[in-house]
Amino acid sequence: MIEARAIDATEVRADFPILGRTINGKPLVYLDSAATSQKPAVVIDIMDDYYRRYNANPHRGVYTISEEATAAYESARQRVAAFINAASVKEVIFTRNTTEAINLVRYTWGRVNIRKGDRILLTEMEHHSNLVPWQLLAREVGATLEFLRVDDQGLLQLDELEARLSGVRLLAITHQSNTLGTINPIKAITAAAHRAGALVLIDGAQAVPHMSVDVKDLDVDFYAFSGHKMCGPTGIGVLWARRALLEAMPPFLGGGDMIKRVKLREASWNDLPWKFEAGTPSVAEGIGLGAAVDYLKNLGMDQVRTHERTLVDYALEKLQDIPGIIIYGPRDPEIHGGAISFTIPGIHPHDLATLVDRDGIAVRAGHHCTQPLMDRLGVPATTRASFYIYNQPDEVDQLVIGIQKAQKVFA
Amino acid sequence: MSDDLYREQILEHYKNPHHFGELADADITQEGDNPLCGDVITLYLKLDDGKLGEVSFRGRGCAISQASASMLTDMIVGRPVAELKSFPTKDLLEELGIQISPARMKCATLSVNTLRVALNGDNHEED
Repeated sequence: MIEARAIDATEVRADFPILGRTINGKPLVYLDSAATSQKPAVVIDIMDDYYRRYNANPHRGVYTISEEATAAYESARQRVAAFINAASVKEVIFTRNTTEAINLVRYTWGRVNIRKGDRILLTEMEHHSNLVPWQLLAREVGATLEFLRVDDQGLLQLDELEARLSGVRLLAITHQSNTLGTINPIKAITAAAHRAGALVLIDGAQAVPHMSVDVKDLDVDFYAFSGHKMCGPTGIGVLWARRALLEAMPPFLGGGDMIKRVKLREASWNDLPWKFEAGTPSVAEGIGLGAAVDYLKNLGMDQVRTHERTLVDYALEKLQDIPGIIIYGPRDPEIHGGAISFTIPGIHPHDLATLVDRDGIAVRAGHHCTQPLMDRLGVPATTRASFYIYNQPDEVDQLVIGIQKAQKVFA
Repeated sequence: MSDDLYREQILEHYKNPHHFGELADADITQEGDNPLCGDVITLYLKLDDGKLGEVSFRGRGCAISQASASMLTDMIVGRPVAELKSFPTKDLLEELGIQISPARMKCATLSVNTLRVALNGDNHEED
């Protein structure tokens, strides 16, 4: 096997048409990949090609272009399965996004297996997408929610894990915090949860795009992620789950494609994975995700992680020199993924984001869909800079200059 | 309309807000917030013979939300309450004098929305 080269962001940038854009006369500095990544031309082109040459409804057509659409869509699934080391393509359910994947588990596995008085363990750092579905389920069935706390360094208080797991049916936890960048030790947490008899669901929206994820090695039970944060299009996400769980779960949405035989008053379900994919799927998006996976695989996920760790290391060092800045999340780049949250005293994050936008710098300002975590940090909002394969150290420098300019405006 | 969101007048109101603080004997105290941004303000209104005798506010948030609250207090103090019940949002936006993007409109209008809730019990927005 050829050893993958370190990522050269200059080369990577050439693959992303949008990075040639200027904003207010300045080159776009895109530091919001935790919200959504940009798309390489190969992804945009392959979707365009599908619509131009073989757009057809897959799975049932017996004519050429429908068979081509089916083959392309299912081949994307195979590549996604290999990318996360799933035991079988039958374990890879295409959804709309991470949110829908988590809600699928809530409505199917959750409604059958979580009963009155059961406990669901979450953490204070969850994205609303891995919190609100469980609030709704808990309210519906009379279950209770428990939370692993976050310490001042932005780390989970894992010394409390064993005690908190008592009587827990499901542990639902993020692999990497979208706000703090904290990478959680999923393998160890999962082992502890399994010892306590709980199943484990991982929100991998911020992990699969940025590091090598192996669902077999992690030994988790459910793993959810989105295509659009990993160079793929919007409208396609993935739920991976153990085959035995998926076989036992009732279907999610009912309709075409998810059935085997339908009579007037009853129906039987299709085989996995289609049992959970009702209606015409997002064919172009699935194909696009397949191309995104190929693109990332070619770069090498360990190289992606190394590239981001280097950027985070550099950014943490540069940012901490800004007078008054408060940086949230771990200082150790080993456990800090490519997102850094911070506040500047006297400047509201929205004002900061608006001011740096004048120089073409796109950063996120707000609660990042983690309002309970904002409460825990004691701030209404933060500014977040997040990195990906196309970002370079000089963009960190530009952000620092932008922040300094904003400080002058508000001085 | 200026395209400079942070023109001197806005920053001046943000750094040195007018009528800032609590009114201990307020007749109406009304909180308003934009949960999505984390902007919060509390309006304190003291009525005097059908007019707004005194006004103050406390709050925290972005420059646009806080400066607009400061400007609003200047615009409404002493005016008849009946008139203020339907205070037009556009009057405040004109006073702000800057182009507000859709993403920041909630910040710019937090104070006037809170005023209408304070006087009407809910937000009768005429636009």
